[in-house]
Amino acid sequence: MRLKHNLGLDQPVYVQYFKWLGRVVVGDFGWSMSNSEPVTDAILGRFPATIILMGTSFVFSLTLGVLFGIISAIKQYSWIDYLITTFAFFGQSMPTFWFALMVQLLFAVYGIPLLFGYHIQLPSAGICDTDTCGFGEVARHLVLPTLVLSLVFIAQYSRFMRSSMLEVLRTDYMRTAAAKGVSRRAVILKHGFKNALIPLVTIVALTLPILVSGAIVTETIFAWPGMGRLFINALQQFDFALLMGYMLMVSCLVIFCNLLADICYAWLDPRVKYS
Amino acid sequence: MAASLPLHPPAGVVAADETPLSRNTVWRRFRRHHIAIAGVVVILVMTLVAALANLIAPADPNFIDNVNWQGPALAPGIAGHILGTDEVGRDLLSRLIFGARISLTVAFFAVLMEISIGTVLGAISGYYGGWVDFVIMRATDVVLSIPLLPLLLVITAIVAGTSSKAALNFGVIVLIIGGLSWPAVARLVRASFLSLREREFAEAARALGNNDGRIIFRHLLPNAIAPIIVQATLEVANVIILESTLSFLGFGIQPPTASWGNMLANAQSNIIGAPWVAIFPGLCIFVTVLAINYAGDGLRDALDPNTQ
Repeated sequence: MRLKHNLGLDQPVYVQYFKWLGRVVVGDFGWSMSNSEPVTDAILGRFPATIILMGTSFVFSLTLGVLFGIISAIKQYSWIDYLITTFAFFGQSMPTFWFALMVQLLFAVYGIPLLFGYHIQLPSAGICDTDTCGFGEVARHLVLPTLVLSLVFIAQYSRFMRSSMLEVLRTDYMRTAAAKGVSRRAVILKHGFKNALIPLVTIVALTLPILVSGAIVTETIFAWPGMGRLFINALQQFDFALLMGYMLMVSCLVIFCNLLADICYAWLDPRVKYS
Repeated sequence: MAASLPLHPPAGVVAADETPLSRNTVWRRFRRHHIAIAGVVVILVMTLVAALANLIAPADPNFIDNVNWQGPALAPGIAGHILGTDEVGRDLLSRLIFGARISLTVAFFAVLMEISIGTVLGAISGYYGGWVDFVIMRATDVVLSIPLLPLLLVITAIVAGTSSKAALNFGVIVLIIGGLSWPAVARLVRASFLSLREREFAEAARALGNNDGRIIFRHLLPNAIAPIIVQATLEVANVIILESTLSFLGFGIQPPTASWGNMLANAQSNIIGAPWVAIFPGLCIFVTVLAINYAGDGLRDALDPNTQ
């Protein structure tokens, strides 16, 4: 009874909630039982690993997605368009956790046999093997998780980029530019590409929460020491202080990025005005 | 909040100067998509397998083959187990077949719930506008800005933490997934209703003295149904992945009940010795989701009056 009283557990849930909220405002997220350290330290300690993984995947999938989308659009109905479209469908239908398992099986357990007896064997767990965590080592460990996390986004971005580019290719200003004698390459890169990129900003902002979800699964399977794995560990031990802190931080991150996307949108496209 | 999407009505909503497509036209256009037809066939086969699980499955999904199983999982083909057994000696094929039943039923009911909530809220929001619209749309913004998977996980953890993990049964999983994934549908329906409510037949229905409920559900909704059907199809695919992810992480359908997701939960630790345990359930998820995505895509093209 006294323990309950001292910890404030005899109070109604809403009183407990507002007490929690009051502390959060001054930056105190409480004590994480599963890690025996303050929630803030636990989360911020794992933040860099997650940002490395999410950042790499984001850049990787955006680059490939945009590239695939443009190739697909300017070569519409060619074999390469079919190839990319099929890849996009497969990528979108792939459950992340199963793809992760298969990638592990292929690269880490069997190794891909190459010519001359060489094998590609890549580490499938953790962020580095030794205590001295060099750049090269992290990069090697990063390959498989990035591949897994990026697949869905490459698929989504390339599908969206394709339709966006196809729409732009039909516009009058593209025909005008071509009629002026600008080369096809310059028309596509200078006029088409830039305009097709604008709607992508919206899609990127909308897929950010999915990136966070994907990171949870990827980190769990590849034992990546990031926030996602921390979250799953906390979940298994019902460490609610950490769960609440994680949800709050992640949601704030997403909202902040959405705001950033809105600003980008207005900056990229002068036709958009926010009143 | 998320950057505002353009306010064109979604593809499939009949624009003012077009006649709606007849059922025949839609079918004729759908038939041209061979891959979408293949998708439908796969879906039908999976549904049939799930429905007739008791008749098809070679063994009881929870039966442990004590006679042949000695510890490690049996490889495919050994002792009459076509796809082998899992690490505790249960027939993998039977578990896959019964897993199909669970995974597909969860997906069906969760999407039914999600579409119902999303349609009603979106219709009200788009039809009435004003402060009603404001409140509903801000609520959807809030739900959309929270990553769905961790949110679902936290809620299932709360349910499991207050009673026990066994409380995470079929119905609870359906309620949680269906109750949180409606915002995309609500936005879609709202966008349709914003354009539909200005149309002449809506005005005519109002002038004839119909009440709002009748106008919304009898006059406007049938004209907005095409994009809802497409979205529902694609959502089934999403929910199958979502449920299997939850189950894989241990916060979805609880063992011993087989679902495609929880069959993979222990697969990682045994992946070297028993790769088939990891391969087949995921393959089922992948093939089903792929089939649904192709079917949904074909449906979208067939229902869209703007494509030829």
